[in-house]
Amino acid sequence: MGSDEAYNFVFKVVLIGESGVGKSNLLSRFTKNEFNHDSRTTIGVEFSTRTVQLSGFTIKAQIWDTAGLERYRAITSAYYRGAVGALLVYDITKHLTYESVERWLKELYDHADPDIVVMLVGNKTDLESERSVPTEEAKDFAKKKDILFLETSALESTNVEAAFTNVLAEIHKKVRSKAVVRGSISAVSLNSHRAENAEEKKPCCRNI
Amino acid sequence: MSSDGNKKQFWKRNAAKVPGSIQHVYGAQHPPFDPLLHANLIKAGNKPPPATPGKPKKATTFQEFESITSDAWDVGDDDDELLAMAAQNLNIEVVMETANKVHSYMQWFAEGDVTSPEVSFASQSSPYTDSRLVKSHSEAPIGSPKDAAGERAALHRQRSLPHRPPVIPLVARMADQNTSGTPAMTEREASRLDKFKQLLAGPNTDLEELRKLSWSGIPRQVRPIAWKLLSGYLPANAERRESVLQRKRQEYFGFIQQYYDSRNDEHHQDTYRQIHIDIPRMSPESLVLQPKVTEIFERILFIWAIRHPASGYVQGINDLVTPFFVVYVFEYIEEEVENFDVSSLQEEALRNIEADSFWCMSKLLDGIQDNYTFAQPGIQRKVKALEELVSRIDESVHRHMHQYEVEYLQFAFRWMNNLLMRELPLRCTIRLWDTYQVQTHTNRHSKKRRCEASFLWKKETLGEHEKHYVFLVSSPLLKHCSKLHF
Repeated sequence: MGSDEAYNFVFKVVLIGESGVGKSNLLSRFTKNEFNHDSRTTIGVEFSTRTVQLSGFTIKAQIWDTAGLERYRAITSAYYRGAVGALLVYDITKHLTYESVERWLKELYDHADPDIVVMLVGNKTDLESERSVPTEEAKDFAKKKDILFLETSALESTNVEAAFTNVLAEIHKKVRSKAVVRGSISAVSLNSHRAENAEEKKPCCRNI
Repeated sequence: MSSDGNKKQFWKRNAAKVPGSIQHVYGAQHPPFDPLLHANLIKAGNKPPPATPGKPKKATTFQEFESITSDAWDVGDDDDELLAMAAQNLNIEVVMETANKVHSYMQWFAEGDVTSPEVSFASQSSPYTDSRLVKSHSEAPIGSPKDAAGERAALHRQRSLPHRPPVIPLVARMADQNTSGTPAMTEREASRLDKFKQLLAGPNTDLEELRKLSWSGIPRQVRPIAWKLLSGYLPANAERRESVLQRKRQEYFGFIQQYYDSRNDEHHQDTYRQIHIDIPRMSPESLVLQPKVTEIFERILFIWAIRHPASGYVQGINDLVTPFFVVYVFEYIEEEVENFDVSSLQEEALRNIEADSFWCMSKLLDGIQDNYTFAQPGIQRKVKALEELVSRIDESVHRHMHQYEVEYLQFAFRWMNNLLMRELPLRCTIRLWDTYQVQTHTNRHSKKRRCEASFLWKKETLGEHEKHYVFLVSSPLLKHCSKLHF
């Protein structure tokens, strides 16, 4: 089932945010180009992948999705391990979900790598008429926190590609600027020896 | 009935008569098959004698034990085929191919695509076809209209499936056994139904007998009352039932009066809000989106949550209401639940269904509340036990997970949290719960055992070397599910 394409990097990206903001549909839109009105609540952890081309490099994005509900956080502590990117999602029509962003950021920095690339994502722009979070306000907040920002609609597919790609590009920039040794930037094919993969994996995901 | 001693001994025993570290799995009364062992038996020309019910003595070999207990799933004359399938030697290519097929099939099941506009009917060559079910489903309406995006998405999903699985009703049609145009009950089914009716007719139901019978599945017609008895909601004494029901139902609606209005209060609104946004995301949508049903589910869940502050409401608990609700609605209707307008039922009937669902769900949850308390220790324990079991009965799978750094918690969490409801179609869940409710009584840890039993593994590789989610679906279970009707 897996593709046989080679890839240079694997970047683990996590989706976080309140329950019901659209994390699962952002995931399915990006990795499968699907949107499901009847999607179920996410239980535990799910993930999906997609490979993209960035500046001549082949990057495999491994996107992790989990429930927004508080109760699961004890289970998902391993969720953040090795993550180099995060999309912090809120629902532009539900101000409450935006108010929790600060708390999510704190949790993120408590558990994840300090250099993790973060993007604040205001989802559901297709429901403009019900907007309760002004774009400018969120934009300013993101700037203050030194994180990326975009508004998206998983339903209409607006900016979803851009959101993920920007995060991946930002991660890639960081990776390259760290001038990682150990031949990490060698191409690897999925069919190659496991040992190679393990080698390949470490620098990307852990040495940031 | 297997002795408790057997069960306890399993975990400590050091029997070394089999290759590798394979241990025989004794699940409460009736063990699941050990496919490897069974393969050996078949090869040796040792056809097991027909299963006879009765108390198994303490057996020294699996073969002996197995020959004196009956198959839990009671698949009738499919036995040989089933066993052969279970005994298939699983090399990796075959597994992956099967897994792909089965995964998309399971996914299709789990998503309950019966309302997809692109419903297709199975070709007879599909191994999962049951011609009866497919035929009866041809009358089923296609489902509520969706907006363009939803349809496109459904189409997308359909197209992305490598195989087109047969259409099988989410909840099997009641009509199958009621209309003259459909196949009559088999003799076996009729005789089972009779046994149940006899058992339930007396002034004092023999619960032990009921449990024995129910373990292999309960006929639809008597399931509502059987479930109520098995859970302990209804007393065995027939005379007391009416008064107990009245009292419990009154009690429930007393809670509603007392608590339900507080759902918008500061300390309860988070709970209510979460329930409120979760219900529309449940299956089957055609049922839960009916305003009357949404209302009922919200009430049940809210009352339960505030009366159980140790856990409160946790996502997944909502799914546990559905089987009870559906089964108790069945008592009043003939058609399929998913196309039935619940609000057409009498007010009193609805109230009774609601209260009964609440109480029976509570009883179920009583035994597993630590699945949902902080850090969910119940689930952690069960997953650990699953891991241990897998490491003992299928070392290669275990090694595989380890190699790719897949944590059992990552895939088994949802199994335990939602009692497999997300992995199986609703009617399989309902059938499973026939057994589960019996099991719960005899052994509090049965849920864990059921998950651990070999016929419930899903094996699928997503093709990523970094993280393989490795599940193994046992074809026998799927095949059996596809033949279920009740």
